[in-house]
Amino acid sequence: MKNQIFPAILLSLCCLVFFCGIYTAAVWTVAQASSNQGKGEIIFYGSNSQQYGFANIGQAFTADKYFWSRPSAVNYNAAGSGGSNKGPGNPEYLLQVQARIDTFLVHNPAVKRDQIPTELVTASGSGLDPHLSPGAARIQVDRIAKIRGISKERLKNLLHKYTHKPLFDVFGVETVNVLELNIALDQMK
Amino acid sequence: MNTEVISVILILLVTLALAIPLGKYIARVYAGESTFLDVVFNPIEKLFYKFSRIDSAQQMTWKQHLVALLTINIVWFFLGMLVLMNQGRLPLNPDGNASMSPDLAFNTTISFITNTNLQHYSGESALSYFGQLTLMFYQFVSAGAGMAVAAVLFSALRERTSDKLGNFYEYFLKSCTRILLPISFIVAVILVFSGTPMTFEGKDTITSLQGETVQVSRGPAAAMIAIKQVGTNGGGYFGVNSAHPLENPDFITNSVETITIPLISIALVFALGYYLKRKKLAWMIFAVMTVGFLVCLIPTIYLEMNGNPAISRMGIDQTTGSMEGKEVRFGSAASALWAILTTCTSNGSVNSMHDSLTPLSGMFTMLGMQINAFYGGKGVGLLNFYIFIIIAVFISGLMVGRTPEFLGKKIEVREMKIAMLVFLLHPFLILGGTAMSSYLIYLHPDYAWLNNPGYHGFSEMLYEYTSASANNGSGFEGLGDNTPWWNISCGIIMLLARFIPIIGPIAIAGILAEKKYIPESAGTLKADTATFGVMVLAVIAILVALSFFTALALGPIAEYFSIA
Repeated sequence: MKNQIFPAILLSLCCLVFFCGIYTAAVWTVAQASSNQGKGEIIFYGSNSQQYGFANIGQAFTADKYFWSRPSAVNYNAAGSGGSNKGPGNPEYLLQVQARIDTFLVHNPAVKRDQIPTELVTASGSGLDPHLSPGAARIQVDRIAKIRGISKERLKNLLHKYTHKPLFDVFGVETVNVLELNIALDQMK
Repeated sequence: MNTEVISVILILLVTLALAIPLGKYIARVYAGESTFLDVVFNPIEKLFYKFSRIDSAQQMTWKQHLVALLTINIVWFFLGMLVLMNQGRLPLNPDGNASMSPDLAFNTTISFITNTNLQHYSGESALSYFGQLTLMFYQFVSAGAGMAVAAVLFSALRERTSDKLGNFYEYFLKSCTRILLPISFIVAVILVFSGTPMTFEGKDTITSLQGETVQVSRGPAAAMIAIKQVGTNGGGYFGVNSAHPLENPDFITNSVETITIPLISIALVFALGYYLKRKKLAWMIFAVMTVGFLVCLIPTIYLEMNGNPAISRMGIDQTTGSMEGKEVRFGSAASALWAILTTCTSNGSVNSMHDSLTPLSGMFTMLGMQINAFYGGKGVGLLNFYIFIIIAVFISGLMVGRTPEFLGKKIEVREMKIAMLVFLLHPFLILGGTAMSSYLIYLHPDYAWLNNPGYHGFSEMLYEYTSASANNGSGFEGLGDNTPWWNISCGIIMLLARFIPIIGPIAIAGILAEKKYIPESAGTLKADTATFGVMVLAVIAILVALSFFTALALGPIAEYFSIA
C-alpha cells in the first residue's frame, strides 16, 4: 500500500484537473452558443417587457384571472426545490387533497367534481412544474372567460395555440406552459 | 396505443441499439486494441502516467488490484472531507453557502466515493459551485473505479491459467477518459441546448407575473447532470434531481437521461461477450437481467398510470395517473420507467418523488435495489450478477451430482464461502439498519424523522438503508435524514456495501484464474444456455424473496392492502 499512495495522489490530481477543470470548461464554452449563454432560457413580460421569468421554471398562479398552476410543496421557491414526499395513504395528505378539490369547486362553480384532473390538486415532484395538461387548463376556461369578459371560444383557441404536442405526435405527453399561456392571456385585447 | 407507453418502448429499444456497439467498443478498450479515440487520449494518458509515476504495463495480481483500488479511495476520502468542510471559505461560492458539518461531510464524501450519491442535503442551498465540481470529480472516478474492477473480472474469466490480470490504473483511467468522458460530453451538449444552465453566475432574482419576488438557483449544472446519469451516480445538481425543470427540461432531455441510466451497465454485459468471445453467454446474462427488469417495470407502469386508489375514491379524474410528486411534462409512464431503471441500475437519480409512489410501485423500486444485479451499477452490477452465477452453478452441480464448474474452472469450498458471505451482507446491512432505526424511533418518537405515519413510515426507513446498501442514492426523501444517526449509519453501510461486494467477487475470480483450465467436455454444465438462465433467475428470486419478503410485507404490502 505504501508504494501505491503517491501514484494514487498524483493520479487523483491529474483527474481533478482534467474532469473538473477541462471538461467543465469545455461544456461551459459550448454553452456560450446556447440561448442566453447557459444562464437559463428567459421570457420577457410586463409593460414594455421590463420583467422576465425563466421559461422552464413554473410560477405560482393563484389569482382567478390567471390559469392556475399546480400546487407546490415549496410554494414555487426556485432556490429550494422540493416535493411533498407524502405517501399515497397518509390521512393528513388526503385531507389536504380534499381541501384543494373543495377550493377548486368554489372558484369554478361550472365544473363537476369528476372533471377535475388530478394534477390540479396534487403537488409536483420539483415544486416548480411549469406545465399543465391541456385538460387541466381547459377546465379553467369558464372561470377566466367570466372574469376577463373574453369569449370561451377565443380562450380555447389561445389554449390550442399554446398546447405543445407530443414529439412527432406519437412520443410523450401533451403539455401547456402555464407562464407562456398567462403572458399571452394578459396580452389579449 | 397510448403515446406515453409508446415512448417507453422506444426508449428501451434505443438503449439496446446503442448498448451493443458500445459494448463492442468497451471490449476493445479493455483488451488494449486500437480505437478511434486513440489519437486524442493516448498522449493525455501517457502524460498522466508519467506525472503520477505509474508503469501502466505492469501486470497486477487480484490482490494488487484491490490494494490499488483501496489506496486511491482513501486518498479520495480525505480530499472530499477537506473540501466539503471548508467550501464556505473556498472560491466559486457566489451564493455564500456554508461549509458542511463533519457528519454530513462524512456521509456525503462516502456517498460519492462509493458511487452511491445518497444526498442528505439539497444541492442548491448546501453546496458551493466548488463543492459541486469536486463531487463531479467523484462521479467520474467512482464510476471509473467500478468499471476497472469489471475489467479485472473480464481478464480473470479468460480461458487460461494466470495470476496476471492487467493494470488497475490503466483500466481505471481508460474507463474515465475513453468511455465516461465522451458520452458525458455528448449528453451535456444536448442538455445545454435544451435549457439546462451551465453558468458560474449565482442566483437570479425575478418578479413573477403575479408580482412576487422569486430567487432562482442556477450554476454549472449541465456538466454534472451528464456524468451523474452516465456514471450511475445519481447525485443531482438541484435538490429534487431530474424532476427539476432546469435539470431535465423536456421530453428529449428526459429520454436522453433515461437512456443513459442503464446504457453502460448493459454495454458492459455485451462487452464481456465480445471480450471473452462468448456472445451467447452475454445474451444469456442480458436476457436474465431483462426478464427480471421487466417483471419490476410492467406492474409499476400499470400501477402509476392507474392512479392512487385513495384519491380515486374522492371522485376526481385520474386519467393522467398518480401525479403526486410527478411532473406533467414526463407523465406517469415515463416516471415509472425512470423509477425502475434508476433502482435496478444503482443510479439513484429520480425524475419523480419515490416517497409518493403508490405502495406496490414503491416495493418494486426497493426490490430492484435489493437484487441490485438487473443491469446494476457501473461494473459492480456485473460483479453482483457473477455472485448469483457462482451460487447457481454450485446448486446446479449439486442437483446433477457433478463438481461445479464455470468457464472451465472448478468452484470449490473457499469460493462458495466468499460468494455466500457477499450475498448475505446485503440483507444483513439493510434489515439490521432498518431494525435498529425502527427501535430507535419507537423509543424516541420525538426524533420525528418520519414524514409519513404507519406502514409508509417504516418503508421510508427500509428504503433509505436499501438505497445505502445498494449504493443507489435515491430516497423516500420525506425522511429527515440529515441527523448524525442517519449520516453515520448510512455512511458505514455504504462503505461496507461498496467494498466487500467488490473484494469478494474479485477474490473469487482471481482464485479461479489461477486454477487449472479444464477444457469443455460432455459433462460440462453449459453456462450459456436458456436452461442455465432460468436457473440463475430462480436462484435470484428464491434468495431475494427469502431475505426480504417479511420486511416488504410490513411496509409496502401492508400499505397496499390498507388503501386498496
